[in-house]
Amino acid sequence: MVELINRLGGDTQDVDHHEAEAVNKAQNRSLYASRVAIHPKTVHGTFRRLKWILLVVLLSIYYVSPWLRWTRPGDAPDQAILIDLANRRFYFFFIEIWPQEFYYVAGLLIMAGVGLFLVTSLFGRAWCGYACPQTVWTDLYVWVESRIEGDRNARIKLDAAPWSLSKLSRRAAKLAIWLLIAVATGGFWVFYFADAPTLLRELVTGDAPSTAYFTIAILTATTFTFAGFMREQVCTYMCPWPRIQGAMLDEDSLIVTYNAWRGEPRMAGRKKAEAQGQRLGDCVDCNACVAVCPMGIDIRDGNQLECINCALCIDACNAVMDKVGKPRGLINYTTARIYAENAAGQHGHWTWRRLLRPRTLIYFSLWAAVGLFMLFTLVHRSQLDVNVVPDRNPLFVTLSDGAVRNGYTVKILNKRQEQRVFRLGIEGLPGASMEMVGDSDTRARSFDITVPPDRLRAVKIYVTTGDPEVLEDDRRNFHFQLEELGAAGEPERARYDAIFHAPGEKE
Amino acid sequence: MVTKIEKDEISGTPTTGHEWDGIRELNTPLPRWWLYTFYGTVIWGLAYTIAYPAWPLLNSATPGILGWSSRGALEEQVTAARAAQQANLDKIAAMSVDDILKDPQLLAFAQAGGAAAFKVNCVQCHGSGAAGGVGYPNLNDDDWLWGGTPDALYTTLRNGIRYTANADTRDSQMPSFGADAILTPEQIDDVANYAFSLSGGKADAAKVEAGKSVFAENCASCHGEDGKGGRDFGAPNLTDGIWLYGGSLDQVKAQIVKPRMGVMPAWSHRLDDATIKELAVYVHSLGGGEAAGATTQ
Repeated sequence: MVELINRLGGDTQDVDHHEAEAVNKAQNRSLYASRVAIHPKTVHGTFRRLKWILLVVLLSIYYVSPWLRWTRPGDAPDQAILIDLANRRFYFFFIEIWPQEFYYVAGLLIMAGVGLFLVTSLFGRAWCGYACPQTVWTDLYVWVESRIEGDRNARIKLDAAPWSLSKLSRRAAKLAIWLLIAVATGGFWVFYFADAPTLLRELVTGDAPSTAYFTIAILTATTFTFAGFMREQVCTYMCPWPRIQGAMLDEDSLIVTYNAWRGEPRMAGRKKAEAQGQRLGDCVDCNACVAVCPMGIDIRDGNQLECINCALCIDACNAVMDKVGKPRGLINYTTARIYAENAAGQHGHWTWRRLLRPRTLIYFSLWAAVGLFMLFTLVHRSQLDVNVVPDRNPLFVTLSDGAVRNGYTVKILNKRQEQRVFRLGIEGLPGASMEMVGDSDTRARSFDITVPPDRLRAVKIYVTTGDPEVLEDDRRNFHFQLEELGAAGEPERARYDAIFHAPGEKE
Repeated sequence: MVTKIEKDEISGTPTTGHEWDGIRELNTPLPRWWLYTFYGTVIWGLAYTIAYPAWPLLNSATPGILGWSSRGALEEQVTAARAAQQANLDKIAAMSVDDILKDPQLLAFAQAGGAAAFKVNCVQCHGSGAAGGVGYPNLNDDDWLWGGTPDALYTTLRNGIRYTANADTRDSQMPSFGADAILTPEQIDDVANYAFSLSGGKADAAKVEAGKSVFAENCASCHGEDGKGGRDFGAPNLTDGIWLYGGSLDQVKAQIVKPRMGVMPAWSHRLDDATIKELAVYVHSLGGGEAAGATTQ
């Protein structure tokens, strides 16, 4: 009946009606279907502007970061952000991370995870809609597409048109620019792993390692296909995140919502119906929200897995509401609770206070606690580390004078960018003396060991004692003591507990 | 036999005809991408068996048209590794063991190479930690039968000990004082007690006194008047705490009655000079190595 009126009644309102049907409409979904291309219409509005700004900012971070310089002393690389796989170091401005400090990265991942929980419980899928690389690059690709092939209707027409020179040239131009962006995406990724200016020169001259070319090729291919052709399928079928949403969202999370309590019953040709005294909702059924949707869904079907909460339908609908003189917000960010309140006839509205909930506060304190703990350990971490590996075969050696000798490999890590000298000594082992292989053949109580900047030095140490009291035990605890010499400030110290093995009491 | 294909009413998909408790299994076709991937792997698999050794024959297998073999691949890797090490190996072959010990870079290289060669050639007798055992010397300690200087170790490694195939081998023979009846059982008992007392062992004082003269007459020529041994003959130091064939009185006596004497192959017949030098460096750096020119006892 409604449909009949729509068709017969004609359209007198000042609103564009789009010949749009939701490609991924709920009732159309079967278990398998080949993809129908989605041609999102260009939209203007608050959220679109926010997304453009974020796109520029995020892409700038990605493309500029590896070129930032940060002067470091000595041989250390002067790149601000560098993952130096060959030398096993990670540089981030003033921070340098060694492989055994990888727990900082684990901490960052925990923070990213909890942060994602926090943002999701507050703002729904804000990550998907604004910051996810898949969204950002797809946006960029769609923008390129619309500049070359025109907006939605022109693109649909071009798709359907037979092959001609003009179609060929447009397609070729579009694919060429896409490919260029894809190459740049892959190309800049590798700069995070080597000195960027040097690598760029090598890439151009063909001297770069094959790994670099290989990485660029893979990332070019994935960018090109993901952002150019697969688009929403990546989110709907490949990405696990939408599936996790169910556990992350609650009735107080802000999600892009069509306020059906206000919009229904929807109707396009309204004058006649209004004249007949029918009660109509605010939705003029113009399908603008469907036409702009990059996921090809109809937001009016309700909250759904495919929706990335990009809020473009809010912009589209607000523009229409402005035109027809109705209040904005027929589609808006709202929570399930507010929606239910409104549907029940109460007047629910959103305030900032709704952000403060036990769940979000717990997420935030967890996130902040991990962050503060990491910051604390990062600031207070030692720039000196010592590891001692005892010889296990043989455990001990009896010498001709009856004394017993144990061997240890002492590894000293100097994490500073300057050469340092450490005095290695032993404590808690009576009558003990040390020998250091390669340095000196004399026995001593301690050795001064020079460790080059930002390096690990391993020295072989033999500890010998003839003390009868020690030799009576089969094992005795003692420790290696390491102290920095000639330090400008407070000298750094480290100790390592070790065990001295002896034959024990003879039968 | 013609079977009627049943179709599921709701989905329109054919069923397999199997039914459990009223539930029929749908015969949903495989996804196309999956099928093509499967075909792809089949083609890849067949091509692989043609390109690489695969199909078993009676005595061997098809060699594959690429001519690849695991043996050949290993050989290539070994050759490449050898080539990469050649510069260092040449230097080592041209230098004395003592000079290698003074070059930190070559020392590290030779120690690693020596450790690898030791694991292949030496652990069978000396043990993986070079700690030896009864009859096989511990190479970690500071007690050396034939000398622990770099040169002495090198010579021992090259020419072996009591290895008759090598003319320059280190050689010595301890008489079988008991088995050949050179000494009487009483004399042997006395001299064993004396030798045992030299390293602080608790021995019968009367026998020690009696054994002293037996030792001076029969043993001192090799083991020295003070019993500290002689490296020219590989005669062990009897005054220290290390006994190659066991340190009890009975074991000492058995060694006098019918001595056992170790044999070590001359490695110059089997290993190249650089490897032998690497082994000498490795053994020297185990903790008991003596400085070049150290006085021999």
